[in-house]
Amino acid sequence: MSLNIIVLAKQVPDTRNVGKDAMKEDGTINRAALPAIFNPEDLNALEQALRLKETHPGSKVTMLTMGLPRAAEVVREAIYRGADAGIVLTDRALGGADTLATSYSLAQAVKKFGNYDIILGGRQAIDGDTAQVGPQIAEKLGIPQVTYAEEIVDLKDGKVTVRRRLEHGVETVVAPLPCVVTVNGSAAECRPRNAKRVMKYKYAASTSEVKNLSEVAAARVAAYPELNIPEWSAAYVDADPEQIGLAGSPTKVKAIENVVFTAKESRCLENNDQQIEELIKELIVNHTIG
Amino acid sequence: MANFYTDNPSLKHHLNHPLMRKIVELRERNFTEAEKFDYAPANFDDAMDNYEKVLEIVGDICGNKIAENAEAVDHQGASCANGHAYYADATVENLDVCRKAGIMGMAMPRRFGGLNFPITPYIMAADIVSRADTGFENLWGLQDCAETLYEFGTEEQCQRYIPRVCQGETMSMDLTEPDAGSDLQSVMLKATQKEDGTWVLNGVKRFITNGDSDIHLVLARSEEGTKDGRGLSMFIYDKRNGGVTVRRIENKMGIKGSPTCELVYKNAPAELCGSRRMGLIKYVMALMNGARLGIAAQSVGVSELAYREAYQYAVERRQFGKAIIEFPAVAEILAIMKGKLDASRSLLYECSRFVDMYKLYSDISRERALTADERAEMKHYSKLADALTPLAKGLGSEYCNQNAYDCIQIHGGSGFMKDYACERIYRDARITSIYEGTTQLQVVAAIRHVTTGTYNSLLSTYAEAGYPAELAPMAETLAALTEKYNAAVAKVAEANNPALLDFMARRLVEMAGYIIMSYLLLQDAKVDSSFLNSATVYVNYTRAEVEKHAEFIANFNASQLAAYGI
Repeated sequence: MSLNIIVLAKQVPDTRNVGKDAMKEDGTINRAALPAIFNPEDLNALEQALRLKETHPGSKVTMLTMGLPRAAEVVREAIYRGADAGIVLTDRALGGADTLATSYSLAQAVKKFGNYDIILGGRQAIDGDTAQVGPQIAEKLGIPQVTYAEEIVDLKDGKVTVRRRLEHGVETVVAPLPCVVTVNGSAAECRPRNAKRVMKYKYAASTSEVKNLSEVAAARVAAYPELNIPEWSAAYVDADPEQIGLAGSPTKVKAIENVVFTAKESRCLENNDQQIEELIKELIVNHTIG
Repeated sequence: MANFYTDNPSLKHHLNHPLMRKIVELRERNFTEAEKFDYAPANFDDAMDNYEKVLEIVGDICGNKIAENAEAVDHQGASCANGHAYYADATVENLDVCRKAGIMGMAMPRRFGGLNFPITPYIMAADIVSRADTGFENLWGLQDCAETLYEFGTEEQCQRYIPRVCQGETMSMDLTEPDAGSDLQSVMLKATQKEDGTWVLNGVKRFITNGDSDIHLVLARSEEGTKDGRGLSMFIYDKRNGGVTVRRIENKMGIKGSPTCELVYKNAPAELCGSRRMGLIKYVMALMNGARLGIAAQSVGVSELAYREAYQYAVERRQFGKAIIEFPAVAEILAIMKGKLDASRSLLYECSRFVDMYKLYSDISRERALTADERAEMKHYSKLADALTPLAKGLGSEYCNQNAYDCIQIHGGSGFMKDYACERIYRDARITSIYEGTTQLQVVAAIRHVTTGTYNSLLSTYAEAGYPAELAPMAETLAALTEKYNAAVAKVAEANNPALLDFMARRLVEMAGYIIMSYLLLQDAKVDSSFLNSATVYVNYTRAEVEKHAEFIANFNASQLAAYGI
């Protein structure tokens, strides 16, 4: 059985290298100050999708991302690693969206995409760390969801078997298709870029990028239609203007605090039960442990 | 997120050598494949961009996966059971990643599923892979056996086997036997032609790297009653057909992830590759030349790793209140390591470009007749490649051993413990100056280029290249050293004593090699000032070494040979 697989991915600021100017005064992320990367757990999701494609010949993996036009970069990255195609959902009207507006917009894009068997995405993005978008998309589409997936164990007869990584162990569940599966960072790491795919798709360009291509690149895109990465607008996916972008986002950032962890002075304890007990009590009281 | 290509700017420097334009144009047949293959480049810049992007993939895999796995591979090693060799778990992972990245069959034509890269960027990938895991470079690098299959196999054989290599099946070259190591003329493995015209192989091979590979090239005696190299032919053995078992694998000092096998052939079906009787004299020679360039690349990769480990330690380790790199004795060791590293890498890529040039013309000659100019150019580069390959392999492998030794020395007592990578590097490096022809055999291959003047004419070309003011004094030094080299060559030649020539061969070859590498570093420094320190250090080193040999030769009396047992 061949599958139509959608992988959701987000281009995120690399929060692993945060500097002082990471936040703007209004509490949103200063994207200019941070390098944009492929959200790490979305790469884990992509790997699961590519494995499904291997076990189900004829399957098609489509990368769907919402963001600025430059999010075409993550689509190319996914294609370099084996995805068949990609879509960038981009529109000024979508800007400033919280998880509710984002999941609505993406759910609209999925509906527009139409026929799909399974939607995979990372558990959460490293910028917001909410883990809400995947589950909310499932709700809006009215389909089941499996979160914290570590491995798609099997997929047949309209059902997917997923091993989940939970806090105190693993759980294997079966869900009917179509469904949303969000994948944990502990899942298999994504395969590397493929040499031939990079050489072919390095010129792949989104609708807005196509206008500024070099002569060689333009000729290549003209010769190979699959090098076009479509950009979808809010209107194209029939999104209600009230439910997208800032207008559709009930979340308001009240304040942002820059927390810097610093090492405090060390303390020496005597090697006796009394002092150790006192320390444990102190740590419980200040919520360090317990 | 380490990347072994992007963190090493000297690679890009060598990739961008001016001769690459010609190489790429020849390889891409003036970019005519862009219409047939969606991943073929449209022009020179497009092709170079492809090489870089693919080397970035190699650098990524090597930095983040293969290097991370190297220690586990070394600890677990390969194993042998039920007539087969098994890789360490992490080696299996490494191969899987390389297959998925599509970096097998890099230098094979596109019509067989390859990337159609010239030798130079392929060798660069080997350099990078070796830095990550020296033993793994063998398994990955045996893809260049496909080059021999491509050159000498029939189109039909190429169609059957090369796509499998490009898909990631591994290869081996089954040459050595218990009584035929350096002396391959003594190969005994018996090839028998059956009445239906097919061949079977019987006998034993030993020391076969990756001997349980999917596709083997086998040197065997097809002509009954013969005793020398003219009775040997080359065969292809496909593991799918069965008939070969692994009796045991060697317990080696280093490169433990690369299984070295003893193979038993029992009526193993095989097919002839090329013409009978040409096995050793033509095909294996070609195979070995390719393999030697591969070992030269492997050596440079080890040198790189040894230098980096030593440098890192010297910066971090503090004694007497400061980092040990601040002590002149340590700084000098590091500077010389870097000089040898840069020198051997420059020679490696000079050599690989020459190999590219003659092989490309040779390949084109299969499609159309070459013009007289092209034929002359092919001959020119073929000779230069032949002259530089033993130098790159011989001197490069000696340098990587020296760098591995110095790497431990920089680490002091810690370096003698199993806790640091340097002890593994030391063990892994050791084989490079032995297999694919010992350093002593590289000297045998190189000496005729001393006596016939190939090196001297190459040195003249380098001398005439022109150097800016800041490099001119070094260029003058090298010109003076070249004279001393020629005087030494003349003195040995005049004696007309073969035993004396054999005895002095190593010294003469080293003198030529040192001066060649020095000139190459000057040329590097000419376009990129970051090579200036290495050029300075290495030219000083060259002067001392060449003077030493010149002194020895000038003062040596042939009557003293007896004292050496000659």
